[in-house]
Amino acid sequence: MLKDITLGQYLPGKSLIHRLDPRTKILLTIVYIAMIFCVSNPVWYVIPLAFLILCAKMSGLKAAQLLKTVKPLRFLLILTFVLNLFFSSGETVLVSWGILRITREGLITAVHFCMRLIFLVAGTSVLTLTTSPISLCDGMETLLKPLSKLHFPAHELAMMMTIALRFIPTLIEEADKIMKAQMARGADFESGNLIKRAKAMVPLLVPLFVSAFRRAGELAMAMEARCYHGGEGRTRLRVLHFQKIDWQASLVTVAALLLTILCRRWNLL
Amino acid sequence: MEQKPNVLPLRMEDVSYQYEPDARPAVSHVTLEVERGSFVAVLGHNGSGKSTLAKLMNALFLPTEGRVLVCGMDTLTEEKVWNIRRHAGMVFQNPDNQIVANVVREDVAFGLENLGVPQDEMVRRVEAALSAVRMSEFAETAPHMLSGGQKQRVAIAGVLAMEPELIIMDEATAMLDPSGRAEVLATVRKLNREKGMTVVWITHFMEEAAIADRLIVMNDGSVALEGTPRQVFSRVNEIKALGLDVPPMAELAQTLRERGLPLPEGILTVSDMVKELKNVLCPSK
Amino acid sequence: MPIQVEHLTHTYMTDSPFAATALEDVSLTIEDGELIGLLGHTGSGKTTLVQHLNGLLKPTSGRVVVDGLDITEKGVSLLEVRRRVGLVFQYPEYQLFEETVARDVAFGPRNLGLSEQEVDQRVRFALREVGLAYDEIAQRSPFELSGGQMRRVAIAGVLAMRPGTLILDEPTAGLDPAGRRSILGMIRELHAAGGLTVVMVSHNMDDISSLATRLVVMSRGRMVLTGTPREVFQHRELLSSIGLGIPQAAELTQQLIAEGYPLPADLYTPEEVAEALLKLPRKEEKAC
Repeated sequence: MLKDITLGQYLPGKSLIHRLDPRTKILLTIVYIAMIFCVSNPVWYVIPLAFLILCAKMSGLKAAQLLKTVKPLRFLLILTFVLNLFFSSGETVLVSWGILRITREGLITAVHFCMRLIFLVAGTSVLTLTTSPISLCDGMETLLKPLSKLHFPAHELAMMMTIALRFIPTLIEEADKIMKAQMARGADFESGNLIKRAKAMVPLLVPLFVSAFRRAGELAMAMEARCYHGGEGRTRLRVLHFQKIDWQASLVTVAALLLTILCRRWNLL
Repeated sequence: MEQKPNVLPLRMEDVSYQYEPDARPAVSHVTLEVERGSFVAVLGHNGSGKSTLAKLMNALFLPTEGRVLVCGMDTLTEEKVWNIRRHAGMVFQNPDNQIVANVVREDVAFGLENLGVPQDEMVRRVEAALSAVRMSEFAETAPHMLSGGQKQRVAIAGVLAMEPELIIMDEATAMLDPSGRAEVLATVRKLNREKGMTVVWITHFMEEAAIADRLIVMNDGSVALEGTPRQVFSRVNEIKALGLDVPPMAELAQTLRERGLPLPEGILTVSDMVKELKNVLCPSK
Repeated sequence: MPIQVEHLTHTYMTDSPFAATALEDVSLTIEDGELIGLLGHTGSGKTTLVQHLNGLLKPTSGRVVVDGLDITEKGVSLLEVRRRVGLVFQYPEYQLFEETVARDVAFGPRNLGLSEQEVDQRVRFALREVGLAYDEIAQRSPFELSGGQMRRVAIAGVLAMRPGTLILDEPTAGLDPAGRRSILGMIRELHAAGGLTVVMVSHNMDDISSLATRLVVMSRGRMVLTGTPREVFQHRELLSSIGLGIPQAAELTQQLIAEGYPLPADLYTPEEVAEALLKLPRKEEKAC
């Protein structure tokens, strides 16, 4: 049943990584991304690789689960690889084939860019696989809060995210119901060309929008009745606390970043 | 509580309300008082003005005439609006459209977060509220996994956590199945009986209205009938003329009386009927 | 043109850890002209059952045959099945989408590929059947109607397909007593005058007992009882064990019998209970 649909990629768990403060995880993901961009030679991907393996081990994620997150990227990866392989300039020709040449430099760049993509996606997936959308939302809100002094709507954005997450399952269920009701009146959502199918969505989308607006109106009134008046003076039930483990995780991640920078700096290899 | 005990939780003085300046008033010249600890039902068909009346009780609507006092605070005083809504909590009709958060516990805390209650105090109040509606075991559940009745109990907990003086149930059972309705009614009845919570219960189901201490029947924006359920439901023909149902036993009693069986007024339930029949019929062997 | 349900079992999400059996070995024949009351608690499987009757769901095992069309057979036209069995969902007004009432009611007939003239006739017919005046309402937006009117328009949208069987899932949900009585009256009319076979899903005993020619009681995916209301209401214990009550008049009869009063056990309408009670000897007449 649609009710059981999971949002995003989150896999519930109780590991150390799951229990890290979402703010730590968001910040360390940024550090990790910086680390990827600091890798100067494909060989040094061993550092992020070691780091990822450590994360996976500690969070109980399987290699297959991480690889699965890269799968949707396969066409982009092939494209990146092929373009870099043939169109990078280089001296050492490995293979020549009419006007097409594969150089050593081209091959290295192609591998480099593909690795970068794979590591970016796999690494950020550790964040989304181990952090529920709600905590992500909370973490973002707290991190962005200082910006509200510059009139950045941090609280409003987070509240919108929360409500969206809350209502997605409700609306999916409702869409399923309306679809069935229209099918009972002979509607056909499955056959025909693209234009015909798009037109067939009207009897589904109009009632769905009407209902979403009704819900929005009622929710706004219910929120007002419970004294909601924006982010000002609001306290939170869940307060985020940095713990020892957060400092330890930060230490490990920053060390990995430094190591990568050192390798780049001294041009090892 | 900072309120003096002699101040009524709710008092409406000659209240009228119009949606548009020259529209027919949705509520017209209603005066009523709700005593502390009482369970008052407002019964009426769709469009009788009962739901508009409810929204006047916590400053969601402001009266165009007359005044509404919640614990002595006039709803027209703008700076008191949050204090008024904290004292007069409201549960709405659609269970889905009043739950804001993704986890039951956090939804119950929503009102407290808005009021700026300190976190440690909040944790205590949320747990107490969940246990009062017997939803503690669902504290970590996502709302869309709950039944309609359970969602409404979460909504009640969200109101209870604000420690209100009065709970307004605005047709809160209209969209539930019979077991959901029974479960919500029992929850609120228990809060009323055991914790002395003042309740205003708005409904079109006569079975629910029948358990109230006092019953107000609305028609065309005004109070049509008022009294205890036994008094009100004895007026079988008037209630039916207002497009409402009468408890089947009250109607049966009326038929039997008309045909010569000397039954008293005020029969509402099957057990009332059995008791009264035993008084007038020859004892069984 | 009966509907036959044979050993129907339905499991949601088979082969997954969430697998849940919603229906188990249900066999049932719906004869022409019946008005069946389908009773059961939320989660008893009644909604899953009715969604099989017009092919919205397919059985995990067993068969559903509508007018000789087996919905499980390959190549059977589901459109044809849905033309014959109209299904009105709970809160059907939430499916309205067109700019005018007439166009919304025409949605079903258009999907059947009928001519414009035929479609127009069907729209007029269907609005008349649900008690709405075509001239007043056809060109209005369905979204500006009252709740009760919207529900009638939605029912007309299904009737315009001219089904032989009409299934209504909780047709009175959310309506006030007057609205409920008027929808029930309309269903009674459709059944009596229109010659429709009707299946009405409900958990309201009082609604259904005044209307149905036969009751089917579901619990936990199984059919536990079927028979006339008079027969079914005598199983008070069984019904209460699955969370269903019986009409108050029947409850009173049972309690008085338990007290030793000589009453027939199968009374369930207030009228017949009143008649029976008036015949009992009274104290004031010193008959005892």
